[in-house]
Amino acid sequence: MADNTVNLTIEGRAVSVPAGTSILEAAKTVGVLIPHYCYHSGLPVAGVCRMCLVEVEKSPKLAPACATTVGEGQVVHVYSAKALEARKGVLEFLLINHPLDCPICDQSGECELQDYTFQEGRADSRYREPKRFNPMEDFGGDVLYVQNRCILCTRCVRFMDDVHHAPVLNVTERGDRAFIGKAPDADLTQPWAANVVDLCPVGALVSKDFLNKARAWELDRTASVCTGCSQGCNITVEMRDNVVVRFKPRANEHVNHFYMCDEGRANYRWLNRPDRLEVPMADGRPVDWEVALAATAALLKGKKAHIVANASLSNEAMHLIKRIAGKTGGAVTYAVNTGIEAALPGATDLAVRADRAANATAAELFGFTRTSDVLSGLSAQHVLIIVDDALDGISADAVAKAGAVIVIATAMPTAVARANVVLPIANVVEEEGTLTNLRGRVQRFLQSKQAPGLARPSWFVLADLLQSLGEVAPHLTARAAFDALAKAEPAFAGMNYDTLALSGQTVPGALAGARA
Amino acid sequence: MGYPNKSHPRETAVLSKHFGDPEARTLDGWKKRGGYRALEQALAMTPTDIVNVVKDSGLRGRGGAGFPTGLKWSFMKQDDGKPHYLCCNADESEPGTFKDREIMRWTPHSLIEGCAIGAYAIGAETAYIYVRGEFTEPIRCLNEALKECYAANILGSNAMGTGKTINIYVHSGAGAYICGEETALMNSLEGRRGNPRIKPPFPAVSGLFGMPTTINNVETLAAVPHILINGAEWYKAMSLSSPKSMGTKLFSVCGNIARPGNYEVVMGFPFKDFLYDLCGGPLAGRKFKGVIPGGCSVPIQTMDEAEATMMDYEGFVAQGTMLGSGGVIIFDDAQSIPRMTARHARFFAHESCAQCTQCREGTAWSTKILDRIVAGQGTFEDLDTLLEMADNMTGKTICVLSDSCATVVVSALQKYRHEFEALITGKRSSTVAVSSGAAA
Amino acid sequence: MSAHTHAPYEPVFVGARKAELTQLLTRYPTKMAALLPALWMVQEDRRWISEEAMTEVAAQLDLTAAYVKGVVSFYTMYHQHPVGNHFIQVCTTSPCLCAGADKVVDAFLEHTGCKELGVTSADGRYTVIEVECLGACGFATPVQVNLDYIENVTADKVPQILAGLK
Repeated sequence: MADNTVNLTIEGRAVSVPAGTSILEAAKTVGVLIPHYCYHSGLPVAGVCRMCLVEVEKSPKLAPACATTVGEGQVVHVYSAKALEARKGVLEFLLINHPLDCPICDQSGECELQDYTFQEGRADSRYREPKRFNPMEDFGGDVLYVQNRCILCTRCVRFMDDVHHAPVLNVTERGDRAFIGKAPDADLTQPWAANVVDLCPVGALVSKDFLNKARAWELDRTASVCTGCSQGCNITVEMRDNVVVRFKPRANEHVNHFYMCDEGRANYRWLNRPDRLEVPMADGRPVDWEVALAATAALLKGKKAHIVANASLSNEAMHLIKRIAGKTGGAVTYAVNTGIEAALPGATDLAVRADRAANATAAELFGFTRTSDVLSGLSAQHVLIIVDDALDGISADAVAKAGAVIVIATAMPTAVARANVVLPIANVVEEEGTLTNLRGRVQRFLQSKQAPGLARPSWFVLADLLQSLGEVAPHLTARAAFDALAKAEPAFAGMNYDTLALSGQTVPGALAGARA
Repeated sequence: MGYPNKSHPRETAVLSKHFGDPEARTLDGWKKRGGYRALEQALAMTPTDIVNVVKDSGLRGRGGAGFPTGLKWSFMKQDDGKPHYLCCNADESEPGTFKDREIMRWTPHSLIEGCAIGAYAIGAETAYIYVRGEFTEPIRCLNEALKECYAANILGSNAMGTGKTINIYVHSGAGAYICGEETALMNSLEGRRGNPRIKPPFPAVSGLFGMPTTINNVETLAAVPHILINGAEWYKAMSLSSPKSMGTKLFSVCGNIARPGNYEVVMGFPFKDFLYDLCGGPLAGRKFKGVIPGGCSVPIQTMDEAEATMMDYEGFVAQGTMLGSGGVIIFDDAQSIPRMTARHARFFAHESCAQCTQCREGTAWSTKILDRIVAGQGTFEDLDTLLEMADNMTGKTICVLSDSCATVVVSALQKYRHEFEALITGKRSSTVAVSSGAAA
Repeated sequence: MSAHTHAPYEPVFVGARKAELTQLLTRYPTKMAALLPALWMVQEDRRWISEEAMTEVAAQLDLTAAYVKGVVSFYTMYHQHPVGNHFIQVCTTSPCLCAGADKVVDAFLEHTGCKELGVTSADGRYTVIEVECLGACGFATPVQVNLDYIENVTADKVPQILAGLK
């Protein structure tokens, strides 16, 4: 063992961790979760909630596990009678003024106050006095402060101070009159402020957008990746009854730590849009998939394709587009919407990126042409294939220059007056796939939602199209589509869905290096 | 001396000798009384020698904890290349305590001299005297004295002509008892909320502005010049009982007693004589009921306990309490202990910084229960709840404010439980007159 | 509390006050350390600390208004609202309470016309509050009027004390 390793025992388990590790973090490594509120691994230690008190043998007082570093030979008891009694006391104190309004609280079901009270708290309260009452306050941005539920853990204050570097929150007053205060001249209208809602262990900071929308236990949750920009924040898509109701950040130390930006968080409504393409069509009539694909193949025969790809399509779809372009001898263009970059200063390499698209990296990697004029060079000799691009800023006349128009999309672009063939596809939460972020990190997203009508996953439709053009692309799963991609593209060599797992892998080589 | 009363022959006036003497406030007056000889002597010594003299004298912290001063000073690593700071804790806020106020307003130079010696001994060029904001008169006296010192080159970049730098600044608090806790004081001085800090790191390693810092009470620092002038042996010899407590101690006496005031006695003085002889005993027609001898954070003593006490760190512990800050609060038989206990709890609830759950909620909850008991609406179950809550408030928080509140409640319940029970059953004993106000 | 103020905010830290603050900063290695003294200056000049003043202090010391407000609200001596010309604080902590401080409070409430704690009298002259230990317990009951202590106050001395206040 290296000199800086400390060996101790936590709940009877041998633990070896680097010197300087807290007891709380050391316990995590052996699967022991020490109850806590104020502690968060992304924030400076406050040590104020006193919930993580544990018994350390030979120490006269209980130790706060978050603020106590490991010592050689320590024997730590998390569930000793003394420690349990102390935490039961903390829970009772936290609840005396708490309104116990779980039935109307959005945090209910994912509330650490509920969880630990059920786990370790008293069954009843001995509090006989009137509870203190304070009104709710709109903190700006997407955040509502319900003071009565606040346990003053100060995670929100520390996040805004130390991570966001926008110190607009504070602790105001003192003693049991204390509450979280907001600056007189600023509020939480800040690019990353809504993270305080996730950080709040109780229902004190809630999302205005999600207010009273669903109970936590009704939600179906799926791991995914935000497509709002090229950062590729890991998220959980949360749905109720096949409707996406919110995004939550999913921790990934390589990409987004614990956070996601407010813009990305709000960017889910389009996934529920009702005006979707639901059935394949040829010449304006609904047809079977086979008919539509055959019609597409017929249109492409002997013609050059001009493909416009959405810059947020999956790697799998992009790879198949590249092959279709190769087969038909055409070009692939893509446009990227851009916006203001806004970093989260206290987190390494995390920002809302200027490129407001999820997969421009793969598009570039595959040799597609980035341009604001995606139809440049289009003529009657071309079959225009639009793959889920909205054709923002393109006129119907420009589209009409094409010899034929094939729309492979979730919704019909307004600029397309008449499409020869329409192939409906699933959106990002309705299919499985991978995306490559601006640092070359390849990350999986899973399917959370049913696609509408007869719509099919994009990789599935594009693979079928390739087959109908006479190529071999017998992909029955997204995994198989990715395997074919990994075999064909050196940047992805050796990757598969298992190696990617849920936190991704980075594209090696010059491209990643050049971009980083 | 028993300021504002005349000095009692059994007092040993070292620190309090010039209380009430306006001339002692001025630099000339102070010099006439032997002032700044100790500083001159100190600046000719090595810091280590000064620390050793203070160590040998047995001087212990007078703020409440009683930690050996010389030992504390020795924790400051000399020549570590970092700026060191001395903080003088003049946030005297412990109810029942008003001794530092007299030192500062009558003999400000004694404190300045002590600070200057202390700063030099710990390798600090800067000392801050953190005075509670309410003490406007002591602040004025200190600032006037400091002005004189700078004008006379006693302080500054050529202190006493030795080429050494010693700067002393007064920093005013703004109303927060908790700033008397040393890490809260440092936070407050840095311009923050007065929240106590988690220890470790200890101030000697990372204190004020993250630098090695020593914090001493006013009375402690004011004693240092006397020790340097008269020698460690002289100080050490002033002890009537325990060999671990030496020197003189200022006791502030208040409450229901004939002659409230500050009295300076040698450690180990009999508490009974102190109360009845020096302080004149109870008010006419009254009897003492109980005494809180070390500021309101220490357990209350019954008179049996108090009268058996020798007044030093160990003596008070032997009789179920602590010397604390030396603020003696005495209650007579006209007072209701539950009412006073409720008032103590309210004090702590008001002063809790709001960081730790147990303190923020526990002090307020204890107050509500006690107020209800005093109002005649209590139950026996409340007494159990108070005791269990006190257990949950003890030894579990960053600082000891929560523990103090619990201590006060528990000791009152242990020693005067019959008074609480009488309020609950409605049978108030004849010796318990619940005065108006809280009982209404 | 900006709603109370109709006139534009006049900064405190100009001229001599600014010089005083600059001088004060030399005492500390950080600007933040001058926060409590700076707030005292504001209160001396304006008698209370408004949110505009907090914003001004924040700008002077490279802090934010939210931070300054958190600090101001921690310390009980800073007024976050306007108070009477004579801000009367009666110590009622136990050593004074057992000496009859509650009767002193009642006398002040009656003779100032404030009637209630924390309420400024109709003529704007007085605000009376109970205060925790003033550290003058041997001189029960001490009363702090603005910055000055009055010691050994009993209920019967209250009218005379009030008469002596300008």
